[in-house]
Amino acid sequence: MSIPVLKFDAVIVGAGGAGLRSAIQLSEAGLKTAVLSKVFPTRSHTVAAQGGVAASLGNSEEDHWTWHMYDTVKGSDWLGDQDAIEFMCRKANEVVVELEHYGMPFDRTDDGKIYQRPFGGHMSNFGEKPVRRSCAAADRTGHAMLHAMYQRNVKANTQFFVEWMALDLIRDEEGHVIGVTAMEMETGQVVIFHSRATIFATGGAGRIYYSSTNAFINTGDGLGMAARAGIPLEDMEFWQFHPTGVAGAGVLITEGVRGEGGILRNSSKERFMERYAPNAKDLASRDVVSRAMATEIKEGRGCGVNKDYVLLDITHLDPATIMKRLPGIHEIGIQFAGVDCLKEPLPVVPTCHYQMGGIPTHYSGRVVVPQNGDFNTVVPGFYAGGECACASVHGANRLGTNSLLDLLVFGKSAGDSAVEDLKAGKAHRDLPKDAADKALARIAAIDNRKGGANVHETRLAMQRTMQDHAGVFRFGDMLKQGVEKILEVEKAARQLEIKDKSMAWNTARSEALEMENLIEVAKATMISAEARKESRGAHVRDDAPDTEEFPNGRNDKEWLKHTLFSPVDNSITYKPVNLQPLTVETVALKTRSY
Amino acid sequence: MERKDYERLRWRCIRRALLELDITLTRFLDDGFSSLDEVQQQAFVALADLEDYDLWDLITGKAEIDDPVMSEVVAMLRKSRVRLAE
Ligand SMILES: Cc1cc2nc3c(=O)[nH]c(=O)nc-3n(C[C@H](O)[C@H](O)[C@H](O)COP(=O)(O)OP(=O)(O)OC[C@H]3O[C@@H](n4cnc5c(N)ncnc54)[C@H](O)[C@@H]3O)c2cc1C
Repeated sequence: MSIPVLKFDAVIVGAGGAGLRSAIQLSEAGLKTAVLSKVFPTRSHTVAAQGGVAASLGNSEEDHWTWHMYDTVKGSDWLGDQDAIEFMCRKANEVVVELEHYGMPFDRTDDGKIYQRPFGGHMSNFGEKPVRRSCAAADRTGHAMLHAMYQRNVKANTQFFVEWMALDLIRDEEGHVIGVTAMEMETGQVVIFHSRATIFATGGAGRIYYSSTNAFINTGDGLGMAARAGIPLEDMEFWQFHPTGVAGAGVLITEGVRGEGGILRNSSKERFMERYAPNAKDLASRDVVSRAMATEIKEGRGCGVNKDYVLLDITHLDPATIMKRLPGIHEIGIQFAGVDCLKEPLPVVPTCHYQMGGIPTHYSGRVVVPQNGDFNTVVPGFYAGGECACASVHGANRLGTNSLLDLLVFGKSAGDSAVEDLKAGKAHRDLPKDAADKALARIAAIDNRKGGANVHETRLAMQRTMQDHAGVFRFGDMLKQGVEKILEVEKAARQLEIKDKSMAWNTARSEALEMENLIEVAKATMISAEARKESRGAHVRDDAPDTEEFPNGRNDKEWLKHTLFSPVDNSITYKPVNLQPLTVETVALKTRSY
Repeated sequence: MERKDYERLRWRCIRRALLELDITLTRFLDDGFSSLDEVQQQAFVALADLEDYDLWDLITGKAEIDDPVMSEVVAMLRKSRVRLAE
C-alpha cells in the first residue's frame, strides 16, 4: 500500500502552549512548518491553566531571577538541572513581555503594569517570604495565551492539521528522526510527515491515574511514541498531585485561591498548615501541602462520612474579591461539589496534576539520550518542549506557574534550535521503505483482533493500579506489587480489540491508540518509582522517612541522580544531576523546608 | 444522526480543553443525547462547537443564549451536571 507523503521543514506535534510557541519561531524564520493536533489548537489543555505564569518582573514588589532560580531549585528538591533552571528563570521576563506584544491581555495594576500575585513556593530574597511573581489574565491565563499565539501563527503561515493524530516517530538507520506517521481522523487515512526537524509538544499524561485534574486528552502520546522509538523516559516517578482537586470529580481548584487568602482546615476546623509549614503556611509548595492533607486524612482528621477529604475555606474573604479575581471557583464549587464557597468551605483531596518527567532534553530543546558514556548525546532532528519534555527544570517537584513558563521558554528554545540546525543546511534525509510499517501494523492489529481486551476496562485497570500503588504516598511492598500488576495490565493493553472497524471517524480506534501510549507512561512510572528507594519532592515513600541522617527521607549520597527508564527492556539507568548553573554559583544542597 | 457525524461529535465531546466539560458532555452523550429530536441534536452540535469557557459559562448559568432550542438543550445539560454533583 502506498502511503501519501507530506514534506515540511518542520513538523510539530501538539498545538498547546509549547507547540504554538515553537511554531512561531519556525514560521517566522520562513520555514515550512506543520502543526498537528488531536483537537483545534485553542482546545488544547493549556486552556485549563488559570493561575498564571511566573516571571520576576518585579512589578508589585522587588524581585530577581536569582530568587526565582533559588525557589525553583529548592522546589525541585535539588533534582532539577541548574543550567536549565537558570536558563528558564533568566528568560522569563523576555517571554512574558513577548506574549504581551502578541496581544495577551494580562491583568494590570492601576499604573498599567502587569499585575502580579503570590503563588505557592515563590519567595523573595532566597526563601524569606512569599513574593508576587505570577502574571495572569483573570482566571483564563492559558486560554488567553493560546489565542494570542494561535493568531500570531496564522499570520506567520503556520499550517495546521487539526484532528490529526500522530502515531509513531520515524527514525532512519542512523537514528535520525525524520518525521512522524499520522492519521487524519476524518478519513482514517495514514500519512507520512517527512521533515527535517520534528518537535514534540504533546503535553502530559495525567490520565494514567484514576483521580486526575487533567482533561481526557492527556494520554501521553508523545511519550508513547518516543518510547516505541527506543528513547528513554526521564524521572517518570515524579508526579505532582495538586492539593486541591474537588473530592470525587478531580476538577481543579486553582492555587490562586490560596494565593488570595484561602485556608485549609481539618475536621476540627484547625488551620493545619501552620503545623507543617510555619512560614509559608497554606502557600507552601504543592507536595508539602498534599502530604500534609494526606497525613491529616490518614490520621483521622478528614471530613465527611468517610473522613476522606479536607476543607478549603474562603468564607472569610470579601465576596467581591472572590468574584473578581477568582470567578470560576464559585461555579466549580456549585457544579461539582454542590457547595457555595462564599458561604461554606469546599471539599478537596490531593489529585494527580502534573508530570515532572518526560522525554529527556537539553535546555536548547534538543532531545538527548545516553550513548557511549555521554548522557547528553543529541538525537538528530528531534526536539521537545512543554509538559511532555524533561529539561529538567521541575526535578522532583514543579512550582505552580512554572510550567506555563516552561512551555514558553522551552517551546521557544526548541524552535530556535531547530531553526539553527536547519539553517545549517541539512536536506531531508531519505525515508526508509518501512517508514509507516510500525504504525500501520498497530492499527491493523487493533482492527483485526478477535477476543482481545476492552479498551475502557483496560484503562480503568491501569488507572486503579496507578492510584493505589503509586499515589501521593508510596509504600515499598505496594510498589513491588504495582510493578507486577501494571505488567499484567500491559499484556491486556497489547491485545486491545474494538468493535467498530470503520475507517472514517473511528473514535474507538483513536482511544485504543491512546491507550497504547498511556500504558508506556504508566509502566515507566511504576518501575521508576519502585526503583527509587528514597523520598524526594513529589516521590514520598513510607519506607524512606524523615530522619536526622536523611531529612525528609532524601538521600543525596545515593539518589541525587535522574532516572532513565528504557522502554526497550524495562531497565533503568541513572544520569547525574547538573548542579552547575550557566553563570551564577550553584544553589547548594540543603534540606527543603518551608 | 449518521454514524460519521455522531462519531465526530463524540470526539469533540470527549476531548475538550476542560475536564469539567469532558465529564459533563460525556455523561450527556451517554444518557441524554439519544432522547433529543433532530433539531435539538443539531443545537447540541452547535453548542459542542463553542469554545470551552463559553460553553461552560452557559452550563453554569453565567451566560445565556438567545436561540430557544440551544437554550433548551443547555437546560438539559445543566440538569445532567446537577446529577453529577449529587
Ligand atoms: C487544570 C490545570 C490547571 C493548570 N494551571 C496552571 C497554571 O496556572 N500555571 C502553570 O504554569 N501551569 C498550569 N498547569 C499546567 C500547564 O497547564 C500544562 O503543563 C501546560 O499547559 C502543558 O502545555 P503543553 O503545551 O505542553 O501541552 P498541551 O497544552 O496539553 O497541548 C498538547 C497538544 O498536543 C496535542 N497532541 C497530543 N497528542 C497528540 C497526537 N498523538 N497527535 C497530534 N496531536 C497531539 C494536543 O492536541 C494538544 O494540542 C495546569 C494544568 C492543569 C491540568
